[in-house]
Amino acid sequence: MLDLVVFYFFAALAILSAILVVTARSAVHSAIFLITALLATAGIFLQLRAEFLFIVQIILYVGGIMVLFIFVIMLVNLDVAEHQLRFRRQAWIATLIALVMGAHIAMAIYVGRAGLPLASSAPPSSVLEPNTELVGRALFSSYMLPFEIASVLLLVAMIGAVVMAKRKV
Amino acid sequence: MFLIGVIGVITRRNVIVILMSVELILNAVNINLIAFSRLVGSVEGQVFAIFIITDAAAEAAVGLGILIAFFRNKETVLGDEMDLLKW
Repeated sequence: MLDLVVFYFFAALAILSAILVVTARSAVHSAIFLITALLATAGIFLQLRAEFLFIVQIILYVGGIMVLFIFVIMLVNLDVAEHQLRFRRQAWIATLIALVMGAHIAMAIYVGRAGLPLASSAPPSSVLEPNTELVGRALFSSYMLPFEIASVLLLVAMIGAVVMAKRKV
Repeated sequence: MFLIGVIGVITRRNVIVILMSVELILNAVNINLIAFSRLVGSVEGQVFAIFIITDAAAEAAVGLGILIAFFRNKETVLGDEMDLLKW
């Protein structure tokens, strides 16, 4: 019961601030609401018993990526962009596409809920399993190669960002 | 599991403040992955979520690098003005 209340609270917070991210007038407000949305997502992770992901989400997203975003917003002064219209001309098309995708998702959920045998059963009640240890074991045993590839990807991204920011391209 | 029905609603955020929206979409996917990982009872969904977070970090760094380089050249951040490829 408490689980459900917590989940609905965080889910409502996430959806609300996600809407505000898209519709906020200035980019700084958008970034602040994005922080709220990411924190709410972290709360959902915690409610789903994924403690490691919860910590990673807070440190990496809220601490890392959002600082990067806010740095760039400050670097690129957006006062000029603030007075432009927020939504571009293809807003109607975007709304249409979003509605179509939403219909797809709703249909998938509607069909999948009937087909999924697990769907009606209660989630497995776990007695405080060591989440971080399990994730680490899976990451370093059966997902070793993707892990290394991800590190190479990070290296490439780092070099690319440095090269692009260094001098004018 | 009816929780996932609510989660699916989050997935439909997109457009406009583009890069931030991309982060939102990746987060929605993460929620879905972790919810199913809990439903199935295995830890693999969380491993995939870790990889998605890594990708999001790389994508944000590169995207913002491109944005800064572009702003230095063109003095604008509006997507409409990015017509360098259109000659």
